Amino acid sequence: MDKNAYSKLAAEREKRSPSLKDCTFAFLSGGAVCALGQLLKELFSALGAETGTAFSLVSVTLVFAAGLCTGLGFYDKAARVCGAGLFVPITGFSNAVTSPAIEARCEGAVTGVGSEIFKIAGPVIVYGNIASVLYGVIYYIYLCAAG
Amino acid sequence: MCFERAYIAQCASVAGKLEKQGPLGGLFDMTAEDSYFGMDSWEQAESEMSRIAVNMLLKKASLDVNDIDVLLGGDLLNQCTATGFAANSLPVPFLGLYNACATAAESLLLGAALVSAGYAGRAVAAASSHFCSSERQFRFPLEYGSQRPPFSQNTVTGAGAFLIGQSGPVRITRALIGKVTEKGIKDANNMGAAMAPAAADTLKNFFELTGTSPRDYDAVVTGDLGYEGSALLAELLGREPCGAGGNFCDCGLLIYDRERQDVHAGGSGCGCSACVMAAYFWEKLRRKEIKRMLLAGTGALLSPRTVMQKQVIPCIAHLVEAEAV
Amino acid sequence: MNYLYAFLTGGAICLLAQILVDKTKLTPANILVMYVCGGVALSACGLYAPFAEFAGAGATVPLTGFGHTLASGVKEAVEKQGLFGCLTGGLTASAAGISAAVIFAALWALLFRSRDKNI
Repeated sequence: MDKNAYSKLAAEREKRSPSLKDCTFAFLSGGAVCALGQLLKELFSALGAETGTAFSLVSVTLVFAAGLCTGLGFYDKAARVCGAGLFVPITGFSNAVTSPAIEARCEGAVTGVGSEIFKIAGPVIVYGNIASVLYGVIYYIYLCAAG
Repeated sequence: MCFERAYIAQCASVAGKLEKQGPLGGLFDMTAEDSYFGMDSWEQAESEMSRIAVNMLLKKASLDVNDIDVLLGGDLLNQCTATGFAANSLPVPFLGLYNACATAAESLLLGAALVSAGYAGRAVAAASSHFCSSERQFRFPLEYGSQRPPFSQNTVTGAGAFLIGQSGPVRITRALIGKVTEKGIKDANNMGAAMAPAAADTLKNFFELTGTSPRDYDAVVTGDLGYEGSALLAELLGREPCGAGGNFCDCGLLIYDRERQDVHAGGSGCGCSACVMAAYFWEKLRRKEIKRMLLAGTGALLSPRTVMQKQVIPCIAHLVEAEAV
Repeated sequence: MNYLYAFLTGGAICLLAQILVDKTKLTPANILVMYVCGGVALSACGLYAPFAEFAGAGATVPLTGFGHTLASGVKEAVEKQGLFGCLTGGLTASAAGISAAVIFAALWALLFRSRDKNI
């Protein structure tokens, strides 16, 4: 059997992900995290925060809570079931920063925690930053052209 | 390779919690309540587990460390540190081996060769893997929330050690060193599919060279192809898959109950075939419940870097033939 | 009503990512990078702000919202400071989330130890 035929056969034999189940859990859990975010936003607004600040406080609160759940060992168990529902919200970002940090403590504060903390979440910041700077340059040119 | 006098005189196995809950759970010499084995890091935990397995082997065989002429063994960690650090506490000449999940078969094969040729009176062959240290090295941090594809394998927390000597209840009669092969599989989550062609190649070569066939054996054991890999091996050899009444079986499928335990395609890791061979098949041979068996250890020779570089996964399978005496 | 919109839009954004996970070989890391860059692009086109107005936390909590925060920060900074604003705007606007993640992660690393998941 040549390589192409074998690769094809292997791909056919791969057990499929239970998509319907995965998608249902992702939708429900992702929606629930966002609804929780909305609840927190209303709360912070009621306490007198401006809209922008309220949303920032929501992020900070969710980051805190998700990190705590990560440390207590709940987050990854829930994420095994919920998939994208727990890695797409900002709670997933928090999990991606907290989990390597916790694990790297054996390697020390600087060479372990310090250097590993952005091992997983780093690309998001790198490419988000690059994209936004590019947008800024284009926007500046647009502003100049528009006078 | 044919061996004049190489015997597996004694075995010892240590396994983790999930393995204890599996179908072979009661057979291991020791199962850990604490996955850290009382140590501070997962790497040290694996090393401690490996050390415990070797010490337990010596105790079971009523031997002193100085009675051993050579220790052969390996694991999945970078630079083979789990076994190297375990050997640090044992004053024995040491050869560190690496062939991924085929390490157990590799160390048995080399141990048998050294003993049979008379270069060593007694050799200890050992292999270990730990779920936590492997996850760290090959995948993600343990606390990171990720879904694994349903065809991925679960690294076994376990260590097996074998005493190879000039007499014993189980004889290692023949062995075949495998060739590295690949059939274009690049997906590190589907290692069973990557390794199946290597197992097929080594088994075919062995049957051709020796004029035997699978029918001559009570068990033809692969370690560890998992569910998808075993099905592919059956297709490559034109045989019925594992568990379908034939004599083919796979350590990765034996060690867990896939229905009950969340292990996807089954077990993998150096410790998987080492533990299953030590706790299950050696006992079966010793009690003469099976007469002759083949162990084909299969290894995927990848690293996280080669995977990121999108290279194919070269694989190997080493074969050992064992007989009840 | 706000809660329902947040639930439905946030859920839908996660659902799309799950479909990508199951049906393609894309890894979560790839998808998250696509989402952040997508958020920047949608924000740049002026589409994300009205969406966030409608969806509330359903738009700001998923990672696309992080992209939107970066882009709107850059936009504001460029308007105030010119070209230099390209470099300062994005991270200034998103500083709260990133700093919180780092500070808390360091704290949790002090308090917790990694656990065996194979049980």
